[in-house]
Amino acid sequence: MSAPTVLFDIPGPRARRRHRIGTFVGGLVVLALIGVALWRLGANDQLDPARWSVLFDPNSGVPQAFGDALVNTLQVAAVAMVAATLLGALLAVGRLSDHRWVRTPVTLVIEFFRAVPLLILILFCLLYLPTIGIAIGPFGALALGLTLYNMAVLAEIFRAGILSVDRGQREASFALGMRKYQVMTLVLLPQAVRRMLPVLIAQLVVLLKDSSLGFIVGYFELLRQARSLVEYFNSKFGDLYTFQLYVAAAVIYIVVNLLLSALARYVERRTRTSTKVAATAEVELPADVQMGGGGGAVPV
Amino acid sequence: MSFLADNFDLLRDAFLTTLALAVVSGICALVIGTLLTAMRVSPVKPLRAAATFYVEVFRNTPLTVVFFFLAFGIVEIDLQFPSRFITAVAALSLYTAAFVSEALRSGINSVPPGQAEAARALGLDFRQTLSTIVLPQAFRTVVQPLGNVWIALAKNTSIAAGFAVTELAAALVRLSNQNADKLLAVFLAIVGAYLVITLPSAWLIGVIERRTAILR
Repeated sequence: MSAPTVLFDIPGPRARRRHRIGTFVGGLVVLALIGVALWRLGANDQLDPARWSVLFDPNSGVPQAFGDALVNTLQVAAVAMVAATLLGALLAVGRLSDHRWVRTPVTLVIEFFRAVPLLILILFCLLYLPTIGIAIGPFGALALGLTLYNMAVLAEIFRAGILSVDRGQREASFALGMRKYQVMTLVLLPQAVRRMLPVLIAQLVVLLKDSSLGFIVGYFELLRQARSLVEYFNSKFGDLYTFQLYVAAAVIYIVVNLLLSALARYVERRTRTSTKVAATAEVELPADVQMGGGGGAVPV
Repeated sequence: MSFLADNFDLLRDAFLTTLALAVVSGICALVIGTLLTAMRVSPVKPLRAAATFYVEVFRNTPLTVVFFFLAFGIVEIDLQFPSRFITAVAALSLYTAAFVSEALRSGINSVPPGQAEAARALGLDFRQTLSTIVLPQAFRTVVQPLGNVWIALAKNTSIAAGFAVTELAAALVRLSNQNADKLLAVFLAIVGAYLVITLPSAWLIGVIERRTAILR
């Protein structure tokens, strides 16, 4: 269904008047709710400018701390993104292999890591690996957990992309005498990646969101940093800045993610207008792919 | 094996809590998500804008942050959920509803326009068109995506461990502190418990999808 207007007739003058009245009343209700919320916040002294100014005052160390935390978040996300993309591409090709002894174990690996909550994977890396002699810090555990989970998800995305390339492309390449790896690397992958790019970026947004799990393993990403700042300020001034610091962390997350999502939409627009993807069918993004594997904050 | 027997009560309670969290939040998310979708395709522009805003915000917020806000943020406006379990259900439902809505909207887009046009030609209004013609067909086409959302939700319940709900991930942390020598057994038990939820779900979704598929 192309335009949503297929679902209803164009509103006439009476319906438009009804909509306007409804909008006005609904708007008043929303404004009233926001007003009540602000009033309660004000009554609890949460709107005091002095409480918010700490977020922007370099002398308090808060902007620097959040800056560091943002860098930490992006760092672990970047490492996991690169590793997961490479491994995911390999697994996707493995799952499409003609040989059963490659296909079966790869399928098992993908299905296993997709079925286990990300939080459990990260805890496994953090708690179990050291006991068998693999030294791994919070950074390593978080990066490894994110990589293992997302490589499985990305493998499925790549596979869907490769399968979405028109069958004729593959058959024509074989007819030209190309070998299997040539067909994959020269013909199928370039077209699949183009098609997959928006979905890929959407998944990378999820990965960035999931890095908030660093909170559990004591890695100083945004949420953990906010928490430690809260503890620091609480010991100094009492429960003064708690709300403000958490709000700041949330706002930074949302802004970064919205920027990445905007990038995804931009790339999608560009690929859609490109003539080079004419040979691929429409690919739906699996919905679970966007949801993340299970974030969690367990004080260990 | 003695490990399983020793901690059977804790594991069973944790498993049931996880299952209850997933089922209750899943139903709430389905209802909220359907309402959001109806708003997103409705003739009233402000409703469309509000629903789109909701979906964009929740899709771009880490679930952990939603939890934080509902557990500690709303205290500042003098609200509080009656129990931690309900806080977790609220956070999971509100977050998941955004993804249900996305899946359902793509389902509505896949219903041929002729269906809605025919419904309107018969004189059905927007509500009737949506609820009797378009949504029933849309739901059938999104069984698989909705099923995936459900499985992701079941896995996402693990976050509630951070907010004092004793479900499987919290049991994992507790057990691994007590049984440092049997870590692998602890992890296997917990992973197994999650698989008990996710694998039959995946199978059931496949069955439902085959039963409800529309041949076009």
